[in-house]
Amino acid sequence: MSLTKLTCRLWLQRVSRIKKGFCSKVPKTPIWEELDNTKIPNVPQIDQEMINHLERVSLVEFNNQAGIERLSKAIESANKLHMVNTDGIEPMESVLEDRMLYLREDKVTDGKCKQEVLSNAVKTIEDYFVAPPGNIPLKTKERDYGSNSNGS
Amino acid sequence: MAASMQKISSHICQLCKRRYLTFKHKRSSSNLKSKPWKSVVGLEIHAQINTESKLFSGAENKFGGPTNTQVSLFDAAFPGTLPVLNKGCVEAGVLTALALRCTVNKVSKFDRKHYFYADLPAGYQITQQRQPLAVKGHVDYCISDKNSFETKTANITQIQLEQDSGKSLHDEKDRISLIDLNRCGTGLMEIVTEPDFSDGTDASAFVKELQKILQTIKTCDCKMEEGSLRVDANISVHKLGEPLGIRTEVKNLNSIKSVSKAISFEVKRQIELLENGGIVENETRSFDTEIDETVPMRDKEVKTDYRFMPEPNLPPLHLFDSESVKTVSSKMSVINIDDIQQKLPPLPEDTRKRLEQQYSLKRRDVAVLVDNSGLVDYFEDVMRLSPTTSAKLVSNFIINQLLGVLNDRKLTIYKCPVKTEDFGKLIDLLHTEEISYSTSCKVLDEMFEHPNIAPKDIVDQKDWRQISDTQILTNICEKVLEEHPKLISKYRKGKLKYLHTLVNKAVIDSNNKANPRILKQIMEDLLDNK
Repeated sequence: MSLTKLTCRLWLQRVSRIKKGFCSKVPKTPIWEELDNTKIPNVPQIDQEMINHLERVSLVEFNNQAGIERLSKAIESANKLHMVNTDGIEPMESVLEDRMLYLREDKVTDGKCKQEVLSNAVKTIEDYFVAPPGNIPLKTKERDYGSNSNGS
Repeated sequence: MAASMQKISSHICQLCKRRYLTFKHKRSSSNLKSKPWKSVVGLEIHAQINTESKLFSGAENKFGGPTNTQVSLFDAAFPGTLPVLNKGCVEAGVLTALALRCTVNKVSKFDRKHYFYADLPAGYQITQQRQPLAVKGHVDYCISDKNSFETKTANITQIQLEQDSGKSLHDEKDRISLIDLNRCGTGLMEIVTEPDFSDGTDASAFVKELQKILQTIKTCDCKMEEGSLRVDANISVHKLGEPLGIRTEVKNLNSIKSVSKAISFEVKRQIELLENGGIVENETRSFDTEIDETVPMRDKEVKTDYRFMPEPNLPPLHLFDSESVKTVSSKMSVINIDDIQQKLPPLPEDTRKRLEQQYSLKRRDVAVLVDNSGLVDYFEDVMRLSPTTSAKLVSNFIINQLLGVLNDRKLTIYKCPVKTEDFGKLIDLLHTEEISYSTSCKVLDEMFEHPNIAPKDIVDQKDWRQISDTQILTNICEKVLEEHPKLISKYRKGKLKYLHTLVNKAVIDSNNKANPRILKQIMEDLLDNK
């Protein structure tokens, strides 16, 4: 117990020292700025076609009034970002962008776990996953390989 | 003034009842017809990287393993798994970029490209869209047919690293797809070219050259039949001097022949469509090798929205040169571009140029030597062992005779029983006219049967030595002339072809052993002096 208290006190000391040493860029209290709403882009009209498209690409269902309202609010909220001045600033995609990307040696260390890989499959045939028919070439004339055997 | 006046009308497609707008240029159609069509082709080539393991996982990367055994949990997109980049794939990508004379980006980034398909469990493919591994390269390649031989340059837009997808087997009867994820996550280099190709022959010649380059640097085995090199072609046609037409994409061409045939067919199809007043649709097609035609894919989506976004699990990939590498403390994940440049072996075009200069060979012959793997080594070995031999004769004999004999016997040059030393001796015999050209072919055949007997011994045993002694040849000629006075008079009347007949008769009289060049000379002299 006493050890915990001690480390806790040491940590508090360190925090206060850091506070003295550095000047944080984050303001201590929130600052509110009024945005000029006329400059923010309007929320576009969301029609059925757009909803269908979004549902398809996001695999999220929101095809009801509440869903459309939520989407409109999200767009409205995101649109405020247009007011931030980002001239001449390179976009940051990751806080790790200055770090080295770790590279693995080219060796086989994984795989050979068919059982686990297939464990979530609803249906399998001879170790294959079974899926609905995919995007396959449209044949101009249906080449019916069965037609000959029908005749015979 | 030059701005073309457009008349907009519409027609309704009989099949799909869709309304199409047609833009009619006011410039008279006869003017349009007189201008030739021009086809423009750009390629996207997917080359599987020849590594032990996959791009982001340690699962084995080998063709034809048992179904779903070369799959790690990451490849199957289990939640919580993360990508770890394979150093070997990056090195192979950089080597390829240098071989294609690209500028390698010191920093490249990974992106997610989203689409839903059963052979892509994660719902997205990790690729390099915004900042690829390398940009702006060029490749010299040769196009040859019977009459012409041309060297062209194709420009490479970019090379990016990306994941391959799994494989689907379509069962049309039961309306299901069977999915094998063994290929899922294999490292790919996508090589994108500028629209620099004019037709199928042109594009396929480039693919052939690329294949040779990748095989030389061993970054891809390029077995198109196994799918380790796949070509997508973007094709459009337009009238000369007008903007490019609407393009179609023909996907997954998996042989050189298919590349050539699919593009030729698609160009023809588009021209016919446009000449009949139709409109080319921007669509994805596939090539049916059974009927040699391109066919549309079943799904005709609106423009696919791939929703590209930065891959959050992979920070940017940094590469170094000999200068910047000094600033790095840990050498573990470091790849030095300059080191890889050192490892770059001579490329096919380098070899062609060297052979041309070193042996003064014709470019066409050099191209044949380089085209067939192992032939250059064989040729150079012959030249090294008998440096006095005529290089031209050696290369001609390899191309015109040796290759044929090897083909007949279904052998590769690596299994050729004729030692390069003996081959050189055979060419020496031919060069010094000790044997005739036709005899040398027979000797070559014998050498395949009895690889341990020296060509000289074969010639002696079979008594195939050519007669070049002028006295003996003069005797033969005189005898022939005595026997055929009619032919002499015909020749004297100006029918020069009878010289040939006489020479032939003399050759037969000598049991095919007379040196035809000297014989002809003697015969001519005798005829003209008599």
